[in-house]
Amino acid sequence: MIDVRQVTRYFGRVKAVDQVTFQVEKGEILGFLGPNAAGKTTTMRILTTFLPATKGTATVAGFDVHTQSMEVRKRIGYMPENPPLYHEMRVRDYIDFVAAIKGVDPRDRKRAVAETMDKTGIAHVSDRVIKTLSKGYKQRVGIAQALVHNPDVLILDEPTVGLDPKQIIEVRELIKNLAGNHTIILSTHILPEVSMTCQRVMIIDHGRIVAEDRPENLTRGLTGSHRIGVVVKGPKKEIQSKLSALKTVSQVITSETEKDSDTHHFLLESVADEEIRPQVAKSVIENGWELYEIKPEDLSLEDVFLHLTTKE
Amino acid sequence: MRNYWTIVTRELKSYFSSPIAYVVIGLFLAISGVFFYLLITSFVQLCMRADVQAQMYRMAPPKLNINMMAIRPLFHNMSMFALFFMPLITMRLYADEKRSGTIELLLTSPVTNLQHILGKFSAAAILYLFMLLFTFVYMLLLFIFGNPELGPIMTGYLGLFLLGLCYIAFGIFFSTLTDNQLIAAISTMVFILFFYVVGWLSGLVGPFLGQFVEKLSVIEYFNDFSKGIFDTQNVIFYLSFIFMGLFLSFISIESARWRGR
Repeated sequence: MIDVRQVTRYFGRVKAVDQVTFQVEKGEILGFLGPNAAGKTTTMRILTTFLPATKGTATVAGFDVHTQSMEVRKRIGYMPENPPLYHEMRVRDYIDFVAAIKGVDPRDRKRAVAETMDKTGIAHVSDRVIKTLSKGYKQRVGIAQALVHNPDVLILDEPTVGLDPKQIIEVRELIKNLAGNHTIILSTHILPEVSMTCQRVMIIDHGRIVAEDRPENLTRGLTGSHRIGVVVKGPKKEIQSKLSALKTVSQVITSETEKDSDTHHFLLESVADEEIRPQVAKSVIENGWELYEIKPEDLSLEDVFLHLTTKE
Repeated sequence: MRNYWTIVTRELKSYFSSPIAYVVIGLFLAISGVFFYLLITSFVQLCMRADVQAQMYRMAPPKLNINMMAIRPLFHNMSMFALFFMPLITMRLYADEKRSGTIELLLTSPVTNLQHILGKFSAAAILYLFMLLFTFVYMLLLFIFGNPELGPIMTGYLGLFLLGLCYIAFGIFFSTLTDNQLIAAISTMVFILFFYVVGWLSGLVGPFLGQFVEKLSVIEYFNDFSKGIFDTQNVIFYLSFIFMGLFLSFISIESARWRGR
């Protein structure tokens, strides 16, 4: 559905996007993840034909974003970081205006506008002036604006930024419900959002793609091994040596002792792709120590992200 | 074509859903009204004095021309007021879209640059026409209580309308350059004021340059219109001025895309 090849974009001498190449299949949700100013917005703006690329080609639904930009624009719904709202208009008039300039057939327009407002939960504020809406509703009107012409591709730039937790959950649900019928690219710097909504993640930093995979594969760790946390009561040194002696344990990464007690927290790393919890549990019990807790401690997306985007 | 009308109607609705259109039209009419009153009263006084003089010397009373002595100066005054008021109408057209981010919606919708530039231009032109129509009430009063000639009034309005379109075209251009409405309005005023007053220099800079400078002045071409002369040369000057403004707007929007601002 979306095919980006070797796209580079300069702003003056600054390289904002550097040879980015990726594909998105129909019906997929792709998450752009990256620190601020990493090139997420620029990439999206190139895809939406707002900015031309300095080098490289991008096609959306088979149309080139530069040479066939009008065809691309008909098939794209775009919500920029700041929803592009005419504050003096009423919600219904605004959505109707967007439907008209996006080329929705005049006979279908009323129905399309009503359906979109229902879907995004703004039908009951349709007669309000946009200026008077709360941030959350403005965001929804922004999403409605991107959806009204039922585009093949939806591009959402930080759709949940500035919302309260309840609204964030609602917007995420909305986005998940839209997948399947629409191909979606969304950008964010909020990590849990990606694991919750996206099927595939691309981490961008300094204009380059530094990692691209399914969220669960990324969090599996960069080495392919599992980590587990164990809480045991007993003599520390002895436990540590016994645990590290286990065949499937490659190392004890950290060990901490709780204040004024004999309880210790260990973080273990397995040999690649081995399940070590049963053996660890067995070993602790056999030695007569007390096992309080044992749980998987895979890398969080935060760890992966920091690892990839922090320069040594 | 449908896109063009969509833009025109949205812009017009937007003008009338904010106070700016009412304020600008109101102030323009108020100031023009005051000048209309002053010009007419002084014309009436002049007529009365001429009558008295004629009686004293036992001569036939002179015929004073209201078109030349009241309506023509009024047109010139209105052309000056429009210079200060039209930039306030055009300043928001692109600057506000840039500031609020709606430019991203406009430039990622299947609407060509030509469609939205002409759409915005037409919306401002319609508003301006609306404003001029109200001033026709003054002329109606003159027709009721006097007998002015219709011809010069019609050409005067045509000239005023074309001149206003020039202001609008460059107002749009300056609006595409910035996201600050105030800067857009002020630079438009200064730019057009330059082309308004540059003709006054013609006497000071020598015969050759003087002729050149005179031809640059937008008001030079307005004189004929206000006198009741319809000359295609003047129309073509205004049309090319308008074309220039719109063309520069087009270039400015395209280049902003490439520069990424």
